[in-house]
Amino acid sequence: MSTDHFVSREPFDPHSIETLTPAQEKYYMASQWKLMWWKLRRHRLAVICGVILALNYATIMFSEVIAPYNLHSRNTEFIYSPPQSVHLFHNGEFIGPFVYGRDYELDMEILKRNYPERKDDVQPLRFFCQGDSYRFWGLFESRFHLVCPPENGTFFLLGTDRLGRDMFSRITYGARISLTIGLVGIIISFSLGIVIGGLAGYYGGWVDSTVQRMIEVIRSFPELPLWMALSAVLPVNWSPILIFFGIKVILAMLDWTGLARAVRSKLLSLREEDYCAAAELMGARPGRIIGRHLLPGFMSHLIASATLSVPAMILGETALSFLGLGLRPPVTSWGVLLNEAQNINVVALYPWLLFPVVPVILVILTFNFFGDGLRDAADPYK
Amino acid sequence: MLLYILRRILTMIPTLLVISMLVFVIIQLPPGDYLESHIAELQSQGESVDENKIQFLREQYGLDKPLLHQYWVWLTGMLQGDFGYSFEYDLPVTEVVGDRLFLTVIISIATILFTWIVAFPIGIYSATHQYSWGDYGLSTLGFLGLATPNFLLALVMLYFANVYFGTSIGGLMDPEYIDAPWSMDKLVSILEHLWIPVIVIGTSGTAGMIRRLRANLLDELQKQYVTTGRAKGLPPGKLLVKYPLRVALNFFVADVGNLLPTVISGAEIVAVVMSLPTTGPILLSALQSQDMYLAGSFLMFLALLTVFGVLVSDIALALLDPRIRLGGGASK
Repeated sequence: MSTDHFVSREPFDPHSIETLTPAQEKYYMASQWKLMWWKLRRHRLAVICGVILALNYATIMFSEVIAPYNLHSRNTEFIYSPPQSVHLFHNGEFIGPFVYGRDYELDMEILKRNYPERKDDVQPLRFFCQGDSYRFWGLFESRFHLVCPPENGTFFLLGTDRLGRDMFSRITYGARISLTIGLVGIIISFSLGIVIGGLAGYYGGWVDSTVQRMIEVIRSFPELPLWMALSAVLPVNWSPILIFFGIKVILAMLDWTGLARAVRSKLLSLREEDYCAAAELMGARPGRIIGRHLLPGFMSHLIASATLSVPAMILGETALSFLGLGLRPPVTSWGVLLNEAQNINVVALYPWLLFPVVPVILVILTFNFFGDGLRDAADPYK
Repeated sequence: MLLYILRRILTMIPTLLVISMLVFVIIQLPPGDYLESHIAELQSQGESVDENKIQFLREQYGLDKPLLHQYWVWLTGMLQGDFGYSFEYDLPVTEVVGDRLFLTVIISIATILFTWIVAFPIGIYSATHQYSWGDYGLSTLGFLGLATPNFLLALVMLYFANVYFGTSIGGLMDPEYIDAPWSMDKLVSILEHLWIPVIVIGTSGTAGMIRRLRANLLDELQKQYVTTGRAKGLPPGKLLVKYPLRVALNFFVADVGNLLPTVISGAEIVAVVMSLPTTGPILLSALQSQDMYLAGSFLMFLALLTVFGVLVSDIALALLDPRIRLGGGASK
């Protein structure tokens, strides 16, 4: 029996045993953001909600074009007009989208305006047409609309309000403010949260306990009364734009606490890591250590949680405006529109004034689902 | 345990002090004071101003003194039970607030009970039947509840009640009891009206609680001791109730701290929509008319209510969970 060596004498090459397929290699080399993106893409509901949100935000770029009427154009003959339905067939014959012409009569018994349809008066809608003139983003004059009311006719998809203004157009315009107020607010509260939470977490000690107490006080206050109080402080004679900014700041001032907590607890554990000590020994200043070495480690997670707090801001604005403490006309947001629906008798007679509820719920729901998906995608342990 | 409660109460004092400062600053922020705008209003209507009364009020509450002095008067007054004077109602604040605050407390407690009663079984069901149709259905409902702002829900409910039953569901009691003294009948009438605001206010809190209970219970159910228990042959019901549920229950109690501010906020705004005789509508009008002591006391009471509720939940939690009262580290 020969006692030969059974170990191969060839030089050992680890890659010969474990070769990475191109797909695997791509996966292992991918950056953190890429991994997150791949994970997010697998989350179907989050993707759908993200698309809906993106569409919503796309509309605010072209509000003027999408809305058939102007924000303030009044149709005095059609006050509190109910929604007009769009038909395709007239007497079994295909015509394309059209509405019926309408008469006006006053129900003398309950003083309610009625608008019966004239079933023989077919008024086809116009598309890509010239309608009310507007200044696009206040920059240049144009009259181009996606959809216009028929010649000498009306087209109120969601009815009109007490001044005969088209609800659909107003909701379209209102999206501009309602959707952006959350984003700008989040930027403010995001920076506040990171700076304050970062300082508390990095320095610890008395800085930390002061910040902790501060957060406790703010959190132990019921949010809405505090908002109400703060917005009652805004002087009545401010211009609507100033009020708008004031409210953003108020919403942001009370919203940073959650984020600051997350940043703090994360930093408290991260600052004990070796790479942090190494940076410190090399003489990096605290600002650089926090911003360059500590924060990027969980930035994706922070952004995901910030997404989840946007809906709260949108709701806050809606609630305040609804109570008459937030934005005021002529600035138009969904909350301002709902303010008209405050009186239940009005709502019972003209239920279409409640329509702005639908986009509010839709946007908040999609933001929640999208944020959830984003958070799951940002979590490396899932 | 006693030491823990004592320490917890002691930390409440500085918190309340800071809150009182915050409240005072907020009610002082608008330019001018109520007396000035009141005088201006009376004069514009051509009515005479009772100089003596104005002067008396000004001195009584030190409105001509520096801010710090005013704060001191307000604070010491509150400690002695004098919450100031509502200029608009021409009454001491305590008399305006009394009943309304009581009703707010009733609604808040009822809402929290409602939240618990509904969220508890649904949360357990969702966690034990994860990814079943029931779980999906309930989760969707929960998200809808979370997304619907409660004042909108109130509006929609008012609308449907009006259309289908032809009644107004606003208010908290039958009209004949509104100014009546407290009696058994009045209480019954309130209880009959209570369920609508409770459901409206409780929806979002309930939805949130179901989500959190489900997540917590799921975490517990995936731990190894549950697998061990199942391998030993414990019946499923006992396996659930004996340990995982008890651990998840801790959080359930602790969550009152989260729930209470939401409930009180919700109660305020829903009260305005449904014209409930609680603190909401008065607080709103007091804020708008700069009736500073009324607004300030309301804010103070609401904050006190919240801080106190959190205290109760912390004590209950300490009773349930020995880690908290012994180490103190677990609560961090």
